[in-house]
Amino acid sequence: MPLPEGLVAVVKRDCPTCALVAPVLKDLAARASLTVITQDDPDFPVDADWVVHDHDLGFSWHNDIETVPTLVRVINGAVSEHVVGWSRDQWESFTGIDGLGADLPDWRPGCGSLSVDPTRTDELSVRFSGSTLTSRRIEIAALEDDWEAMHDRGWSDGLPVVPPTEARVLRMLEGTDRAPGELVVVVPPDLVECTVEKVAVNAVMAGCKPEYMPVILAALEAACTDEFNMHGLLATTMPVGPILIINGPICEEIGMNSGLNLLGQGNRANSTIGRAMQLVIRNVGGGKPGGVDRGTQGSPAKIGLCFAEDEGGSPWESFAESRGFAAGTNTVTLFPGEGPRLLFDQKSRSPESLTKHFAEMLVTNASPRMVMQFETVIVMSPEHMNRYRDAGWDRARFIAELESHLLLDGADIVAGAHGIEEGMPAFVADMQLPKFPPGGIHVVHGGSNAGLFSAAISGWVTGDMGSVTVTKEIVR
Amino acid sequence: MTTTSTLTTVLDPTGELRPETRERVARPESLNGLTVGLLDISKPRGNVFLDRVEEKLTDLGAQVKRFSKPTFTKPAPIDLRHEIATSCDAVIEALAD
Repeated sequence: MPLPEGLVAVVKRDCPTCALVAPVLKDLAARASLTVITQDDPDFPVDADWVVHDHDLGFSWHNDIETVPTLVRVINGAVSEHVVGWSRDQWESFTGIDGLGADLPDWRPGCGSLSVDPTRTDELSVRFSGSTLTSRRIEIAALEDDWEAMHDRGWSDGLPVVPPTEARVLRMLEGTDRAPGELVVVVPPDLVECTVEKVAVNAVMAGCKPEYMPVILAALEAACTDEFNMHGLLATTMPVGPILIINGPICEEIGMNSGLNLLGQGNRANSTIGRAMQLVIRNVGGGKPGGVDRGTQGSPAKIGLCFAEDEGGSPWESFAESRGFAAGTNTVTLFPGEGPRLLFDQKSRSPESLTKHFAEMLVTNASPRMVMQFETVIVMSPEHMNRYRDAGWDRARFIAELESHLLLDGADIVAGAHGIEEGMPAFVADMQLPKFPPGGIHVVHGGSNAGLFSAAISGWVTGDMGSVTVTKEIVR
Repeated sequence: MTTTSTLTTVLDPTGELRPETRERVARPESLNGLTVGLLDISKPRGNVFLDRVEEKLTDLGAQVKRFSKPTFTKPAPIDLRHEIATSCDAVIEALAD
């Protein structure tokens, strides 16, 4: 609908305030060439040539009308200013005409515009914005079950997926300012260009909310780098996947869990953000088990393990700060890792004891005989962290002390030592070797404040030969 | 949303790839005089296997060129693939562990 020039009022009959101001509308039509745009009854307030029916609500949608009545001024085809509801003072000053609605109360609030009616917005969004989406449309036949049809097409990781209808994808896209057609990453293993729209489609399927989109986009940007080597992570026979660790105020804003059961089920953001990223790798990149994904046994961590750090409860700088980001920055870190395992210690009351015990347990990372090739993420529980808080140890002190207990005698870990054929090459027999490579111990704080249990996530081969942990800022 | 008698339209979540079909290079009658590339993906002991393959190929009159990937965990770099494609008549890629 082309915009009429001059004064325009948007109304609907089903609004008591609009009905109240009907005489004023007639008055303004006569005295100020008002055009009335009516959302429901085409003959409201009267059947006249200055009354135009917004039959598809296009005028209201495109001009962001949220309230009726709304009085707008159109200059050169564009809405330049507006007044909402009825207020005699405002209407008189807006129109420059005195004596409007002398019998009416001074002020009445308006009603909701039909274009923002929650029962209509999905349909309107598809009608007016659907053409911005370029993905192929697939019709699921009336006799097919939507959920079964999506499984049959191979789009699922095995769990149910939400049908990515246009309305849902458009809603998901409201979670980011980036245009649907913008290229985000080239996704391995098939090296397929992936747009914001394709990410949104898979985010819908994973069960995400729109506000998770910036996190998913940043996670993909981290995954699809040469350093992180998502191709290798898929192709390896080891049971590893991309583990997502989220830092910054966004965690609380989108309702992520950094506390009780943070590594488990029960929180929508934790459960679906990593899954959305993995669905992009599966559906867009073509990375599927039995194809390029050759995991001998795989791991539940490959479904999409994602959690937030409890920054507020930690005496240390955040994990993101330890990786060089300013406090308050929203980040996602991708770590190539296995599922979490328990670090059990219910009796240590000193930081020295707890650290030595952590070291004993961490020796088994990958294998007690493998050194310097695999990193670890320690997810330190609040009760364990209290040992370090009370003693005044900072992160650097903790890691230095831990490393001092993780120097292994080569003679014990070479192939053949103690009757075990696996092990390091013979030339290390006379050396002492650190268990982890420099910078290979990461610590994230999280969990409930009851329980003397922490967790460790073992990494995949680190460095150029495997995968390097990558942190990206989340940009909204 | 419930499953009703109406059609549900969903957006394709895949990369919408349309694979191209290409003709295979004709199988050579003999390897005599041809150059055969051997690509070691850099898994441990891949060289042991490829050394033996090289011996066999040389016995058949083939010229052998050896290549290796920087790491078995990443796809072969494009320059390496180009070099193999332009300097060899055939290639054997070897996995070993």
